[in-house]
Amino acid sequence: MSLTNYLVLAVILFSIGATTALVRRSAIMAFMGVELMLNATNLMLVTFSRLHGNLTGQVLAFFVMVVAAAEVVVGLAIIISIFRTRHSASVDDVNLLKS
Amino acid sequence: MLITAIPTDAAWSGAALAPWLVGIPLLSAAILLLAGRHSDRWGHWLGVLAPLASLGIGVVLLVRMLSVPGDSRAATVSLGRWIDAGALHLDASFRIDPLSLTFVLLVTFVGTLIHVYSVAYMEHDADRRRFFAYMNLFVAAMLLLVTASSYLLLFVGWEGVGLASYLLIGFWNHNMPYAVAAKKAFVANRVGDVGLIVAMGLLFSHVGALDFASVDAAAPRLSPGALTAIGLMLLLAACGKSAQFPLQSWLGDAMAGPTPVSALIHAATMVTAGVYLVVRSNAIFTAAPDARLVVTIVGAISLLFGAIVGCAKDDIKKALAASTMSQIGYMMLAAGLGPVGYAFAIMHLVTHGFFKAGLFLGAGSVMHGMDDQTDMRGFGGLGRTMKVTYFTVMAGWLAILGMVPFSGFFSKDPIIEAAFIPQDGQTWRAWVFGLVALIGAAITSFYMSRLFFMTFEGKRRWTTKRDGEHQHPHEAPALMTVPMIVLAVGSVGLGAFLAIGDRFTGWLEPVTGARGEGDAVLPGWLLVTASLVLVILAAVFAWRRYAVAEVPVTPPVGTLLTQAARKDLYQDVVNDAVLVVPGRMLARSLVFGDRAVVDGAVSGVAKTTVALGDLVRKVQTGHVRSYAATMTLGLVVLAVVVLVLGS
Repeated sequence: MSLTNYLVLAVILFSIGATTALVRRSAIMAFMGVELMLNATNLMLVTFSRLHGNLTGQVLAFFVMVVAAAEVVVGLAIIISIFRTRHSASVDDVNLLKS
Repeated sequence: MLITAIPTDAAWSGAALAPWLVGIPLLSAAILLLAGRHSDRWGHWLGVLAPLASLGIGVVLLVRMLSVPGDSRAATVSLGRWIDAGALHLDASFRIDPLSLTFVLLVTFVGTLIHVYSVAYMEHDADRRRFFAYMNLFVAAMLLLVTASSYLLLFVGWEGVGLASYLLIGFWNHNMPYAVAAKKAFVANRVGDVGLIVAMGLLFSHVGALDFASVDAAAPRLSPGALTAIGLMLLLAACGKSAQFPLQSWLGDAMAGPTPVSALIHAATMVTAGVYLVVRSNAIFTAAPDARLVVTIVGAISLLFGAIVGCAKDDIKKALAASTMSQIGYMMLAAGLGPVGYAFAIMHLVTHGFFKAGLFLGAGSVMHGMDDQTDMRGFGGLGRTMKVTYFTVMAGWLAILGMVPFSGFFSKDPIIEAAFIPQDGQTWRAWVFGLVALIGAAITSFYMSRLFFMTFEGKRRWTTKRDGEHQHPHEAPALMTVPMIVLAVGSVGLGAFLAIGDRFTGWLEPVTGARGEGDAVLPGWLLVTASLVLVILAAVFAWRRYAVAEVPVTPPVGTLLTQAARKDLYQDVVNDAVLVVPGRMLARSLVFGDRAVVDGAVSGVAKTTVALGDLVRKVQTGHVRSYAATMTLGLVVLAVVVLVLGS
């Protein structure tokens, strides 16, 4: 199977993730979109690792996973905290900085 | 600093005292101003002591100076290096020579008398201490002016007397016209100061130094053009300070100040500083005949101008002010004649300092007895109630007339005679200036006799005070009459003392140089007789009009010339039309231009920035998703750019 398929899949996943992050109002859904984009990136990194025949991409993918795990923790904590104070998980309601 | 003062060319010991001449009155002024109300009780006596101490130092200097031969009498006392900038190296130093010492003695002697007089004259003024502080400041500045050894230090004193004059004219500045008069004097003086500054610039560029010794040494080597330019600029300065045509309009208004101020500053000393400047710069003027001719012309115009104005003024102080302008015109005319006139200019200055100060103090005494009234049409017959004032003013009156053997005769007649000496071989000048001086003497006699007769002779025309009570003219207290008597003695005898045996001209010779020889176009005895006859005729004419005949209490309409003279020959109108109105227009258009162009550019930039900010602010919606969309879009654009550029 050609490596191109993997790349196409990664692009499709990334686009779905980006669209989710941009379009959905729910912070949880936007968050899932971000995760999807990260995983698409990971898939692309691994693919290129295979293409070039070295491990650099795979190592980078591990880094991304670690950072993503940390990010999930922090991000969910923020979302819960916002929900507790404002009783809403919609990203459009979080506009205090504007005023 | 004062203790380290050392004579740099120690011709004679004792000159090192010179800085104290200025220091003591300055210190006294500082104490009086800083101590404030605490010194109200004793401040005026400290104010009297300061010029007295300077007078003492002046007398010591005189005694020491007389003990050395004439050609080594000039001594310079340095306080150390003052300015060290580029090519300019200047010491702050004092120059004591016969000319400066003459002024020191005049200023301190007359100054002390007027300070004593002021103790009584200002007795009921709540701000008497402040008055004395300013008077001391004036004495200090005037002494600095006359003892400075360079034009720049002279300029410090020059500005100092201008400041003191401003403060004292506007001493009663709660009265709006008085404050305006002070401002007018200040501004008119500034015009003259520009002349002095330009003259100093020219001197620096042509000579490279500003001290009198270097300038005097370099003057004969300079080009005629430069000398004339410097001379004219110095003349401009002198015109501003000495109220000479065309900068004379401030002097009449300056009479708003208390009368002792008018006596000391605007008659005896400060206004003569211009004559001092011209005589001090005699090396330049001697070498610049064109500039000297202009000095003579200015003097001649001023002497007629002042005399004509004096004939029409009903305010006793303004008549005296016009007379001051006229008499300084005589001095200027004499100074413009060159070596034949320098010493006579200073001699007339000294005698004028005495008799004019005496006349002003007499006017102050009359005002004191007449509830501060100054209109001579409301006086009359005061000689019977104010005997001392009557006789002291009579001494001053006869002196200014030039009667034998009063002071004025010995100082004014030599000027008239010198004016009849042809300059540069041009006989027309001798006739023009000589006749102007002669006619001026006759007019002087008329207006001074008018003043004297209107005030002291004739019928009593006074009725009630301002508050409606009856006038009771009374003699002033002894503190006022004693200085008047001393000045009257000077008015009687000083001229003869200075003139007999050429005592004064010989005394000034080290400074002014030898008196050039020259024969008048008319014989001397004829000139003396002619001037005496004219003076007596004019006085008799005034006697008939203002003592024998009835003087109307309300001024008659008068001839066109009288009407013009009452308005100072329209000099204020001319000044307004030529300077004030165009100046105001220029200022207004500049303000408009400043608002439209400069402010417009500045606030335009500011407004554009604000508008741009408002526009950009709209992008910040506060929606996280729109930020994310922008970011994504930006990344895509970046990627496209990289791809396009990379391929």
